[in-house]
Amino acid sequence: MAAKKILKYVIFDIMRSRLIITYTLLLLVLSFGIIYLGRDITKATVSLLNIVLLIVPLVSIIFGTIHFYNSQKFIEMLLALPIKRSNIFWAEYLGLAVSLSIGFVIGTGIPLLAYGASVTGVYLLLTGIFLSFIFSGFAFLSAVINKDKAKGIGLSLMIWFYLSILFDGLVLMISLFFNDYPLENVILVLTALNPIDLARVMILLKLDISALMGYTGATFEQFFGSMMGTIFSIGFLLMWITLPALGALRLFNKKNF
Amino acid sequence: MSNVKLSKIAFPNRNLGKRRAWILFPKFLFGKGFIGLATFFIIFTSYTFSKDIIVSPNTNISSIKQAIELSQNGDRIIIKKGYYKEHNIIIDKSIQLIGEDYPELDGEKIDDIIIIKSNNVYIKGIVVKNSGSSSMKDIAGVRFDNVKYCTIEDSRFYDNFFAVYLAGSSFCTVKYNIIKSNAQNETSSGNGIHLWKCENITIENNEISGHRDGIYFEFVTDSKIISNISRWNLRYGLHFMFSNGDTYEKNYFSNNGAGVAVMYTKDVSMIDNRFEDNWGPNAYGLLLKDISFSTIERNTFKKNTVGIYMEGGTSLNVNHNSFIENGWALKVLGDCTDDSIKYNNFIGNTFDVSTNSSISVNLFNGNYWDKYKGYDLNKDGIGDVSYRPVSMFSMIVEKTPETIFLLRSIIVDILDIAEKVAPVFIPETLVDNNPSIYEISNREQITNNPTGTASQQITGNK
Repeated sequence: MAAKKILKYVIFDIMRSRLIITYTLLLLVLSFGIIYLGRDITKATVSLLNIVLLIVPLVSIIFGTIHFYNSQKFIEMLLALPIKRSNIFWAEYLGLAVSLSIGFVIGTGIPLLAYGASVTGVYLLLTGIFLSFIFSGFAFLSAVINKDKAKGIGLSLMIWFYLSILFDGLVLMISLFFNDYPLENVILVLTALNPIDLARVMILLKLDISALMGYTGATFEQFFGSMMGTIFSIGFLLMWITLPALGALRLFNKKNF
Repeated sequence: MSNVKLSKIAFPNRNLGKRRAWILFPKFLFGKGFIGLATFFIIFTSYTFSKDIIVSPNTNISSIKQAIELSQNGDRIIIKKGYYKEHNIIIDKSIQLIGEDYPELDGEKIDDIIIIKSNNVYIKGIVVKNSGSSSMKDIAGVRFDNVKYCTIEDSRFYDNFFAVYLAGSSFCTVKYNIIKSNAQNETSSGNGIHLWKCENITIENNEISGHRDGIYFEFVTDSKIISNISRWNLRYGLHFMFSNGDTYEKNYFSNNGAGVAVMYTKDVSMIDNRFEDNWGPNAYGLLLKDISFSTIERNTFKKNTVGIYMEGGTSLNVNHNSFIENGWALKVLGDCTDDSIKYNNFIGNTFDVSTNSSISVNLFNGNYWDKYKGYDLNKDGIGDVSYRPVSMFSMIVEKTPETIFLLRSIIVDILDIAEKVAPVFIPETLVDNNPSIYEISNREQITNNPTGTASQQITGNK
């Protein structure tokens, strides 16, 4: 009961904050602008894909970290009451992730639906929600690890930078170095190790199917295009939601406030 | 030029030259004496007394073979609606075979159904189905066997091994036919319209589906393929080899296993065709291999894995085409030289141009690239900054195909931008110096096109 009340309070609290309103409005303006300016919807979806893959993780992780530090006092107050620690954690975590998702869905979903819903659009929204949840988990993890706010935000930025840019650079280097070896399966495994890549490949197969069908693309198409592949990618995305969150929970339970 | 050709068509074996016909006429009658006179009369009588033979299931003449035996040169055989189980029908006289309400000729999967062995045969309005199939012999629904001036028109072909098969023939026409089959694999199926060692053939307004290759050309010269639809074929919609001087225009090729292939040929015109939805690891809208001195104009390439794949292309004019939503719009390999790629539209392709070489000796000019980000200060419709259509990433993918999975990753965008600013890896000479700011309306460009307009040629002749 208490957890539900806290969750409700947290969601209301975040939804009223200036940052999340700005985030929603920014997405709304960007999405409408992109769809309105780019004449065809396919091109617009490609640009929206960049937003989903770049901005959603960044805002989620930074906002999440800041939010955790800001509500430190509130959490300490709750800890004095007879409520289980895990309940407090889940309420805080879900409150953050759900409100970020709502912001994203309003900001991107409305323009997408206004110009005609498509399968790709639905995938875009779905992966955006997944990424909001995943990076909220990472945000809490880095906030729980670091007592110092500046260090926490720094770590969050590092995680974001690594997953969205560095990781792909490393994969690119590996595939260029081991050019002569069959790399399809290696790359398949590497994809699963980065939630952003996983999200990207899922949308790509809906978007650039003709390009990916060429050469090795066929392997990806066969795998991710099949039912097995969809289950696999959604399974891994769920894993990426739970792992950081559970890690953060473990540390939260032991944390000395 | 055209006069000489016309007289050749009208009088193929006789070189009239510039002599008047009235001088020749008596010479024809008396110069060769009695034989000339006799042949004249034979031809005369046979034309005057040509007759119609009617074939109908429950009459005296109930089979087509029987009717052909009874016929003479110039006769018409009219086949009434019905079902005829016949194969190996050999037409060795200049006759017309005309079906009423599409009579069905069923070959019962045994052998060839109709074999034309005489010149001037005309076939219209029949249904030919179930020819035999063989891995030793090319069995066909209708076979043109070393003949001239034959026509097959308005007929239907269902489930044949090869549907229409022309060998060693010339001046023949195949038009308004519907050709269907349901080929399962490449080894056990034949082609829709198959031409081998032919010349001056016209293939027009046919609809072909479900064969191995829709239309197959080998050693075929001076022929035309116009307004055909070729789709859902196992291998190529059109397969073209060692066939010089041919034209194909206004055709529609879609959903073929490997698109259209034009190989080892020179002097081909490919105009106003549409190449669509050819998807797959080895599918191309148009595959060019060792082609030279040819024209590819005003075609549309839409939603293919590769729009045009060019290997060993020399002196090709690729102008006024539209490449829309392909994986790769153009793949130009390093052995292509002196090709000009002008005034094309590149819209919504994942990669516009890719190549495997760091040197390019082809000319790119005046194309519209939807990825172009330059400006046009003097508002003349031509971008002030030149455009390099080959991206860094497309070079990487060419080298290591697996990296395709990094498509649309941020690191790839960063690399592309860095490379565009200071090109190191991408071919420096592969550049469009006058990129168009606006999408090129191909029709308008053609009326403004200074070369090769019909009106100019007419005034030139005057």
